[in-house]
Amino acid sequence: MKYVDDFRNPATATEYVRAITSLSTKRWTIMEVCGGQTHAIVRNGIDRQLTDTVILLHGPGCPVCVTPTDLIDKAIELASRENVIFCSFGDMLRVPGHEQDLLSVKAKGAEIRTLYSPLDCLEIAQHNPDKQVVFFAIGFETTAPVNASVVYQAHQKGLHNFSILCAQVLIPPAIAAILESPECRVQALLAPGHVCSVTGCGEYEQLATRYRLPIIITGFEPVDILQGIYMAVAQLEHEQARLENQYTRAVRSEGNKEARYLMSRVFHVVDRTWRGLGVIPSSGLALRDEFTEFDAEKRFELTSRQVEDNSQCISGLILQGIKKPCDCPAFGGDCTPERPLGATMVSSEGACAAYFRYHGSGNLTR
Amino acid sequence: MCLAVPGRVVEFTDNGPLTRAGRVSFGGIVRDVNLSTVPVAEVGDYVLVHAGFAISIIDPDEAARTIEYLCQIESPTNGQSGGR
Ligand code: SF4
Repeated sequence: MKYVDDFRNPATATEYVRAITSLSTKRWTIMEVCGGQTHAIVRNGIDRQLTDTVILLHGPGCPVCVTPTDLIDKAIELASRENVIFCSFGDMLRVPGHEQDLLSVKAKGAEIRTLYSPLDCLEIAQHNPDKQVVFFAIGFETTAPVNASVVYQAHQKGLHNFSILCAQVLIPPAIAAILESPECRVQALLAPGHVCSVTGCGEYEQLATRYRLPIIITGFEPVDILQGIYMAVAQLEHEQARLENQYTRAVRSEGNKEARYLMSRVFHVVDRTWRGLGVIPSSGLALRDEFTEFDAEKRFELTSRQVEDNSQCISGLILQGIKKPCDCPAFGGDCTPERPLGATMVSSEGACAAYFRYHGSGNLTR
Repeated sequence: MCLAVPGRVVEFTDNGPLTRAGRVSFGGIVRDVNLSTVPVAEVGDYVLVHAGFAISIIDPDEAARTIEYLCQIESPTNGQSGGR
């Protein structure tokens, strides 16, 4: 496929591994923020090819992993209602709530539909006027524009049987929280290319300046990631700390103005709780007052319950790059993708699931 | 989750401001995609699609430059990072 295959070329990848290895004079610690990148790194064995050169830490960029248990419980409560059609991305169905997951509610007869695009909700709502259609709106800035578009269109169409359970989060405040932690070991960051294609580069430029570290906006194919690592190591070796854009084919410095407008028209910035990381100020999105009738939490008057998360699970430390999945005593034993204890084992982009699935078969071809 | 895939715009099917849409081919598999936030995209352009929604247009010159990057850093006259 055009713009995909060229960036998966195993020979080019091998050349990059060689170039990175010959460039580095010591072992640098680099965090990739996005779960999609974590998955590509582990699947393609990039981490194992570079073990002597860089330590790759896996960041919090998996929306499935960071959605708080409290919201999963709310999703389960909504999905269990008689007159509700609950719509979600497939990944969310197996994320454990405090007592059960969406999949087990579905098995008991709840009407839960997994969608490729939230845009499908509009048709479902129009075709089912006697039902309430709720979409589980998770995601980062990549997903916020499409979720905003759905709400805006529902508003224009006067759809009164549609709402979203909003779990939208923003990347830069989470990066700042990680970099401010006294335990932080991160020396350079690979920033999430698809998020940046929407938001542009500005906030990442500020982060690079404020925390004095190299940040490379990076794509998702193996060659992209290796080039991003190369650029990070080159800066580290030259004691530089600035923003660079590896993913120039998709990311402009101003981002996507139309998408940003749509986001800011429908959502405003609020504090949000991240599973494993706690409350991060100004790190999430909620519907503006004008769109409040589309807020499922308000429409169905859902209330939060404070329940402790599973104490065995160290996914919070993994999401901050402080621990690795193999440091968890439950990894591969009590906790597997079939019976996950924490969200980082559920999502294919979670670090625990990626390690479980791919470690042991390290090569750069697929 | 932030998965986004490049596909080629084959035709436009809707021109409303919020509903601008078209058919996009992903290596032969054609799907309907909302193109409202890539207003300058034309038939034949590659767009980056996430959850049925285009978020960016792929710049072919920049893609070529990314491919060439390795050659620059490999050339002995240029030991520096070729960063932009
Ligand atoms: S292996 Fe399971 S229990 Fe351990 S951190 Fe990962 S998700 Fe949590």
